[in-house]
Amino acid sequence: MEKTVNQRAWLLVLPVLVLVAFSSIIPMMTVVNYSFQDSFGENIFFWVGLEWYQELLRSERLWDALGRQLLFSFIILMIEIPLGILVALSMPKKGISASICLVLMSLPLLIPYNVVGTIWQVFGRADIGLLGRILSDLGISYNYSQNAFDAWVTVIIMDVWHWTSLVALLAYAGLRSIPKPYYQAAMIDQASRWSVFRYIELPKMRGVLMIAILLRFMDSFMIYTEPFVLTGGGPGNATTFLSIDLVKMALGQFDLGPAAAFSLMYFLVILLISYVFYTVMITIDKDEAKQ
Amino acid sequence: MASIALENLAHSYLPNPGGDNDFALKQVNHVWEDGRAYALLGPSGCGKTTLLNIISGLLTPTSGRILFGDKDVTASSTAERNIAQVFQFPVVYDTMTVGQNLAFPLRNRGMEADYVTERVQRIAQMIGLEADLQKKARGLTSDLKQKISLGRGMVRDDVNAILFDEPLTVIDPHLKWELRTQLKSLHQEFGHTMIYVTHDQTEALTFAEKVVVMHEGRVVQIGTPKELFETPAHVFVGYFIGSPGMNFIPVSVTGNKAHINGNTIHLHHDYGNPQGNILLGIRPEFVRLSKSDGLPVQINRIQDVGRHKFINATLFDTEINISADEGFEIESDMVKITFDPANMGIFCNDWRLNGKAIDHGNGGTV
Amino acid sequence: MSENRLPNKKRGSTSMPRARIGALVMTLYLVFLLVPIYWLIIMSFKSNSEILSAFTLFPDNFTLKNYSTILTDPSWYMGYVNSFIYVSLNTVISLLVALPAAYAFSRYRFFGDNHLFFWLLTNRMAPPAVFALPFFQLYSSVSLFDTHIAVALAHCLFNVPLAVWILEGFMRGVPREIDETAFIDGYGFTRFFTKIFIPMIAPGIGVTAFFCFMFSWVELLLSRTLTSVDAKPITAIMTRTVSASGLDWGVLAAAGVLTIIPGAIVIYFVRNHIAKGFALGRV
Repeated sequence: MEKTVNQRAWLLVLPVLVLVAFSSIIPMMTVVNYSFQDSFGENIFFWVGLEWYQELLRSERLWDALGRQLLFSFIILMIEIPLGILVALSMPKKGISASICLVLMSLPLLIPYNVVGTIWQVFGRADIGLLGRILSDLGISYNYSQNAFDAWVTVIIMDVWHWTSLVALLAYAGLRSIPKPYYQAAMIDQASRWSVFRYIELPKMRGVLMIAILLRFMDSFMIYTEPFVLTGGGPGNATTFLSIDLVKMALGQFDLGPAAAFSLMYFLVILLISYVFYTVMITIDKDEAKQ
Repeated sequence: MASIALENLAHSYLPNPGGDNDFALKQVNHVWEDGRAYALLGPSGCGKTTLLNIISGLLTPTSGRILFGDKDVTASSTAERNIAQVFQFPVVYDTMTVGQNLAFPLRNRGMEADYVTERVQRIAQMIGLEADLQKKARGLTSDLKQKISLGRGMVRDDVNAILFDEPLTVIDPHLKWELRTQLKSLHQEFGHTMIYVTHDQTEALTFAEKVVVMHEGRVVQIGTPKELFETPAHVFVGYFIGSPGMNFIPVSVTGNKAHINGNTIHLHHDYGNPQGNILLGIRPEFVRLSKSDGLPVQINRIQDVGRHKFINATLFDTEINISADEGFEIESDMVKITFDPANMGIFCNDWRLNGKAIDHGNGGTV
Repeated sequence: MSENRLPNKKRGSTSMPRARIGALVMTLYLVFLLVPIYWLIIMSFKSNSEILSAFTLFPDNFTLKNYSTILTDPSWYMGYVNSFIYVSLNTVISLLVALPAAYAFSRYRFFGDNHLFFWLLTNRMAPPAVFALPFFQLYSSVSLFDTHIAVALAHCLFNVPLAVWILEGFMRGVPREIDETAFIDGYGFTRFFTKIFIPMIAPGIGVTAFFCFMFSWVELLLSRTLTSVDAKPITAIMTRTVSASGLDWGVLAAAGVLTIIPGAIVIYFVRNHIAKGFALGRV
């Protein structure tokens, strides 16, 4: 659709700008300011330039956390996107059963993050949790607070439990928007179920799946509360993701300078990856529009 | 290929249909003869698409049977019926190229590669897309997309029938004519049974050998374009075909005389003594304005549309349209009309009455 | 996915198994979702001693004591009130500012529009952890610390970009001819926007409101950082009480259940809009 050029449209965007500038630019400037300084207690700062950045780039702790973070985001995307699509394809198309599925599916999305952590913390405990108890009764050694692998599995299952429905809802909406004649034409053309998925459903879901991937990537990359409640980042540093590390540094050790530098680098990583993704998305759209 | 027979077919979208009004398609009995081109004509919501989807197997009828030749296919799937269908809005597989789109129905049926290539080339040529075969279908304009849909509908040469559901809605007017002509020549070449759904009478009348007119879920008449024009079986056909539609004048009829406001019109047939809502139907083309003969009218307005003049007038309390040739001079004292007696019809409760022929002799009016 | 491995058979024969596989997948998925929640719910009806001593799938001694503990103590239940206030405030603010902006993005080209849009989205990408401390300082310095409006504004950081994004999609689905016709008919912009345009995208607004509500309701880090007493949300109270009372699992579970209920109610009301709304939007 061609849009008309209208610079007065800025007026419509202005409220958003003012609001977001207030809650984003000012704090961001504060962070930038801190990141170049060192502090000794209350209100005594001096300029250290890029020192924190250099130190952080050399710090194994940051690289480890980043590695864990990337691995985590990758794993949950690989599970949640296909699973979400599968669930969307399996959902009833209409009627009361569709409503029931929608409501039940959305439940985990509406549970506060720390309650999600609490639910799984309880659920996985061998003494009082259903999952932990069943596993230990089956003779499977499982302890998310001692064993790093178990902790990872639990955090991943928790995230899948929490967020797959978001992907499924988006994919379902994408599916519902496919006009009926597409399916009818496929029947007439004797397309297989796989072809219907491959050539009709998947292309039509592309837009919503892009959103789902971007949202899930960003949110999983910033995950904090759920693993913090569940494992506190442990055992050891096994589930210390970037945010947890950052908060530990900023609040726990009151290292404002390095924490600020860390924040900015962290933000830039997300920004960079999202920018690449966004640009690719826009470019594909434009190429297709041109053809 | 075979004829397609509909036996007592009816369909309702409601789970437990009660009265007549619950049915989108009321009882239909009809045989589509093998190899003919039909048009299914009617306004939106008259049940055309429902009927089409039942034939192709996308819908299972509430009651009745469908036979292909002697074979009952009521319960068969779309694939088993081997039917092609083109929809109102373009359906293309976005991620495929134009060529892959055209080849898709053939490949799904496991046709040989050589044959597929040849058919695709041929169809592409016919719809004028041979230069675009390698292009992705996404990003094409909607009339090109619809051409692909048409091509996919025609690419299989072994189908029992090709069904078109208002396929030219999104096509530019000047292309419509061209594509319709191509469809027609395709029909003559391959002899597929074609059923073409449309609400546009010009499209129906130019495409089809036989036109099936539907109204409120019922087939009201099946006939050649000429029959629909000259002897509409139902008031609706009279209204719907022709522009402007047929005039209907409330009268009472005894034998071969129609009475209106104390005037008598002599008819060509003897209709007995019909009771109910009786209308005299006459097309605007068969009404003549004159100075002295016939029934008194009051002229409301005159429209000159080039080859014709349309005159709108009031006859007693009924508004009627009169069509006159270009050369016909309308004078201010022309305040009477006469009807061509051979082209009058009498309708009782919306349906045409068939009168007994009588030898009349005196040519007709008043 | 098992869905796609289905053999390539005719419709008549695949439709039944397909429906059944779908139902099976759906059932398994729902069980996976609901069992942990079930466990939380039954725990909330057990006494702490039963939780710790006996392992039961259903409470032996059904008790409402955990709930009465919460609902009679203002330091507990005020948490809900606080959460509701700032979540509602946030939803209203987000929608109010996002609506005109989304309209601008969906209808006009203007200087820097693409960059601006991306910049808005970047705010969603900013980890709350990054902003926790500067927010604390910012709102303290303007004397908004521990107020509902502070949390509501802070949550705008991630909700406004999302709201603009979702609404823009819905608005793109409305043909421009509608705007033009209205302007030709002599509608001013404000009247057109409120009387014609907003009703047209009502489902989209519903969906957006739902998402704003959801993300604001579930967030913990910022809301905890920006409050101490007067505006402290229930989620934060839960964590505090847990650490103070030495793990009363029953009360914790009851509090958890109580935080799920508002969300469940909201989703019940917007259930029909969610899929429909999305379908109109960016697909």
